[in-house]
Amino acid sequence: MRSLHALLITLAAALCGGDALAEQRFPPPDFSPGYSMPVTEAQGAPARDDARGYIDAAALAAALALASYLALGRRSRRGLVVLGIASLAYFGFYRHGCICPIGAIQNVVLAIADSGYALPLTAAIFFALPLLFTLFFGRAFCAAVCPLGAIQDIVLVSPVAVPGWLARALGLVPFVYLGAAVLLVAMGSTFLICRYDPFVGFFRLSAGLDLTIFGASLLVIGVFVGRPYCRFLCPYGALLGLVSRLSWRRVRITPAECIQCRLCEDSCPFGAITTPSPETPPARRAGKTALALTLLALPVVIGLGALAGRALSPAFAHTHATIRLAERVWLEDAGRVDGTTDQSDAFRATGLSTDDLYLAAGAVRAGFDTGTTLLGAFVGLVIGATLLRISLRRKRTEYEADPALCVACGRCYRYCPVEIDRRKKLEQAEGRAEQDDGSA
Amino acid sequence: MADHETKPIPRRGFMRAAARAACALGIGGGAAYLIAPRAPGERVWQIDPAKCIACGNCATYCVLRESAVKCVHSFAMCGYCELCTGFFNPAPNDLTTAAENVLCPTGAIVRRFVEDPYFEYTIDRDLCIGCGKCVKGCTMFGNSSLYLQVGHDRCLNCNQCSIAAACPAEAWVRVPAARPYLWKKVT
Repeated sequence: MRSLHALLITLAAALCGGDALAEQRFPPPDFSPGYSMPVTEAQGAPARDDARGYIDAAALAAALALASYLALGRRSRRGLVVLGIASLAYFGFYRHGCICPIGAIQNVVLAIADSGYALPLTAAIFFALPLLFTLFFGRAFCAAVCPLGAIQDIVLVSPVAVPGWLARALGLVPFVYLGAAVLLVAMGSTFLICRYDPFVGFFRLSAGLDLTIFGASLLVIGVFVGRPYCRFLCPYGALLGLVSRLSWRRVRITPAECIQCRLCEDSCPFGAITTPSPETPPARRAGKTALALTLLALPVVIGLGALAGRALSPAFAHTHATIRLAERVWLEDAGRVDGTTDQSDAFRATGLSTDDLYLAAGAVRAGFDTGTTLLGAFVGLVIGATLLRISLRRKRTEYEADPALCVACGRCYRYCPVEIDRRKKLEQAEGRAEQDDGSA
Repeated sequence: MADHETKPIPRRGFMRAAARAACALGIGGGAAYLIAPRAPGERVWQIDPAKCIACGNCATYCVLRESAVKCVHSFAMCGYCELCTGFFNPAPNDLTTAAENVLCPTGAIVRRFVEDPYFEYTIDRDLCIGCGKCVKGCTMFGNSSLYLQVGHDRCLNCNQCSIAAACPAEAWVRVPAARPYLWKKVT
């Protein structure tokens, strides 16, 4: 009987008030003394304290310092491999690859775009520290600290050379990716870099089918093509490449004078070794003409990029939840589609007017129009700058590592006879020192 | 730097050093600027219960095999009904805890008799998978005292939460780690 009563109340409640969410349909009961109500808040475990983040930041700093020393001071490929595996184990599999400097770009952009978001200290450290280290010691972060780099470095067993023109063209992709990621965060769409991180699914041992296929194919390609994600996708690598042009110390293939033996020429799986300039330089006049033409073409390329970006605005805008919702609601209201989605149901449950939704969507669209135009212009600028770099020639006397492309993996050291000689002497000296210690 | 001595004009080196210093200042200063004026501190993900529509995505989109999202119960809001629409499925054969009568797919809601006619409902967090079926039932016909919250003992705090990306109601928000739950206010 009582159950029937309750059922009637339920039905009545269902009939009168559908949308009043927090309404107390049933009054709180009058318990006789003796009943102690459980505490709701006891159901919430505290968030992990900041200490974890600071330990990660300290580990990052230590790994960066060690990687810089191993790459530039000790010049030890073996040491870098060991450190890389350790970083892969800690930052990758143990800490599940989150937070990482690549993703931290987005936190920084969000902090700039959204005044309500405070940049967490760990995200700030993860973003800034590798950049600062690169500024002084080259891309040691890529060499042995980044778990994404390490996992690709390990699978690289049979490197083939990517043709120069292709490598250069694909090298533009990271800048496009960086620009797109910045735009999507600034507009409040999504964290693109994290969503399509190819390896984080492996680190967590759980990934969707699409990202598993993406990550696995990158690893398969990575067996033959050195570090495909780092070179042709990684947006943080694009930043590090820019910064490393200014680096104070950087990888020098030979520890002393280059003897032009050419043994290191093919040792770099990342195509980062630049050869000395030819003995007879090409005609100065032709070079100047090419440079002038490129400079003239620069504004045109930027303008074309801006136009192309503007044309892609609707596609980019579609990443934004408000745009998708407004489109869906419009289609439903116009009777073009049957049924509703969770999104449109949730929107209608809020009781907001569709006009407000369309206004909000319009504002987002306008933002994307500006944003994609800027993104297009930026891509144009990157293309133009690459063309300029091609037409500029610097005289080189030795085999050098291009600072922007070199990830300081240390493979080339082993090919340099001067280096091998140095190492031999070093080992002899160390051996002698040990003998001295033993006798003393 | 050894290059300096070999280069005929040290101007390039000087310019690089200046640019390097400017870059270092820019990176350090920029990061400090973004942290300093606001309350620093980690952010964690949480569900705004006022926006949540209990669609069920929380159970399936989490990168963890078993979602970090769990149901919580606001006891002070609960009516302690015998016929709890968060506990029983819409057409129960009988008001017993037999599996065919209850909504929860994992039997995570524990029903306990308190006194006539009141029953207390508590969530067994080890069994709860965050599917929100009970939340939907409680919200549609009851006091809406059951709702979903991210359990921070489990949440990995991914930079881009997979569930947040799949949430149809934009109910996922970043909250300060010091106050990581959005408890419903008891009216």
